[in-house]
Amino acid sequence: MKHRVGSPRRAPAAPGRVRALGVWGPFRGPQQKDTIWLLLPALAWLGVLFVYPIGRLVYLSAFTPAFTLQHYAKLVATAVYARILVNSFEISVTVTILALALGYPLAFLLATARRRAAGLMLAGIVLPLWTSVLVRTYAWMVLLGRRGLVNEALQSAGVLDAPLPLLYNRLGVTIGMVHVLLPFMVLPIYSVMKGVDVDLLKAAQNLGASRWQSFVRVYLPLSASGVAAGCLLVFVTALGFFVTPALLGGRGDMMIAMLIETQVRELLDWGFASALAVTLLAVTAGILLLVQRLLGERMWAR
Amino acid sequence: MDRARALSLEAAGPLGRRHPLLLVLGAAVLVFLALPLLVVVPISFSAAKYLTFPPPGWSAQWYERYFGSREWMNATVRSVEVAALTTLAATTLGTAAALALRRSFRGRALVSLIVLAPMVVPVIIVAIGIYGLYARLQLVGTLAGLVLAHTVLALPFVVVVVTATLRGFDETLELAAQNLGAGRWQTFRLVTLPLIRPGVVSGALLAFITSFDEVVVAIFVSGSRQPTLPKQMWDGIRTEIDPTVAAVSTLLIAVTTVVLAAITFVRQRAEEEAR
Repeated sequence: MKHRVGSPRRAPAAPGRVRALGVWGPFRGPQQKDTIWLLLPALAWLGVLFVYPIGRLVYLSAFTPAFTLQHYAKLVATAVYARILVNSFEISVTVTILALALGYPLAFLLATARRRAAGLMLAGIVLPLWTSVLVRTYAWMVLLGRRGLVNEALQSAGVLDAPLPLLYNRLGVTIGMVHVLLPFMVLPIYSVMKGVDVDLLKAAQNLGASRWQSFVRVYLPLSASGVAAGCLLVFVTALGFFVTPALLGGRGDMMIAMLIETQVRELLDWGFASALAVTLLAVTAGILLLVQRLLGERMWAR
Repeated sequence: MDRARALSLEAAGPLGRRHPLLLVLGAAVLVFLALPLLVVVPISFSAAKYLTFPPPGWSAQWYERYFGSREWMNATVRSVEVAALTTLAATTLGTAAALALRRSFRGRALVSLIVLAPMVVPVIIVAIGIYGLYARLQLVGTLAGLVLAHTVLALPFVVVVVTATLRGFDETLELAAQNLGAGRWQTFRLVTLPLIRPGVVSGALLAFITSFDEVVVAIFVSGSRQPTLPKQMWDGIRTEIDPTVAAVSTLLIAVTTVVLAAITFVRQRAEEEAR
């Protein structure tokens, strides 16, 4: 995965890296034994607690009780469930668009700021990113509730007579999810923008382009791979989201992850829950493959 | 281009002075990001019996309730135990894996995919998968079960951070140590580890908050008798919007801030030493 070509601006291999290890052949002798023993614990752990359980879901989705595709059929043929898939898709698209609208300017400021300012801004993005999703979601309940900050402020300013319903509906879910996912938009765009050679812009401007022109014709295309990666990353994370929609959403805003939870915990329908999980997993994997093409190993940076 | 314009362009950067509108928008987005965290803190000191903003008066009642409640205290202890053991396991396994992954070998792409995947697979899928396994092994509600599961989620962060540190690592130092007669373990302990320590420490800290804040897996796996702190919060939020949760949230924000500050400190010191 790390050695894939695909990202043009991938950092060159560190010069200190000893290719000479290849003299012994990379996998013969003591080095190979090391590699196996270093990897074995992690691989065994993940094999039992990650690969096997997910493999079992794949199996259950098609073999409960015997080979059948009924669970997948149920997903598309039942109006209620199809509606939930559409919901998840709609919410994820909306969240992605809004996150891009807010995230691109912020990433741009971050990439062009001076070192100190950039450090502070980065802290303002990373601290929320690492703060518990539960805490952030709860905070939005405090902000958006009937007696929350937003409603109280609007009412005391005389804008509203009665509190607006901001919670337990699509609006609440969208606001909460944009907040939680915004860093996933800003960071990939920023990482690409940082690598944009600003001399190209100077060149464009020296050749007579206005600042706006040089931005639209030069900068925007150069940052496009970050935008694409950020959008896909936000979309795919939104699609599998559980905590925020479960707490901020209403009855009509159920998403796939919540449906999976209900099927497992309340209805004990493992066949159907597995089919849902496998569908979600397949979509996620497909989209992440694209992100990886766009970002290379920067995809994993947090 | 005349000299003055060239100089001003140089000073303002090639994109020129940033438009005031852009600065306002950027500031607004930063406020949007910070606002929820900033609001939870005053709410947690509210004298009101319900959630209202601004608080009508100040009191420490929600903290008293938190520290005085056996349930909340048990949940906190549980979370600390789980996070500490997860940190230990994830840091050990992750550092070892990162050391192996810097070499090239057949199947490396697949291995690194498996190791990093838990970071991007939707947690709900990991959660029900593990729940299905635990239901048969009777691991639901056990400390071991939580640690085993959280380590899966924390491991990739350790691998990513340690791998990044290893990128600037000069392997000839290890060869030199071995040529001078050091064994492999000695080489690791005396040469490799001191050099990659900042990465290992950062990875460990990230593993700690990954586990300490984790809620989805905990909902399924932690059982009802001994919930973790986030599971207890989840129940508290779902049944009624208990303001005690605001106090707990403030504490969690404080923990995250301290951990991130520690990571920044470790990284900066490493950079200074490298200079």
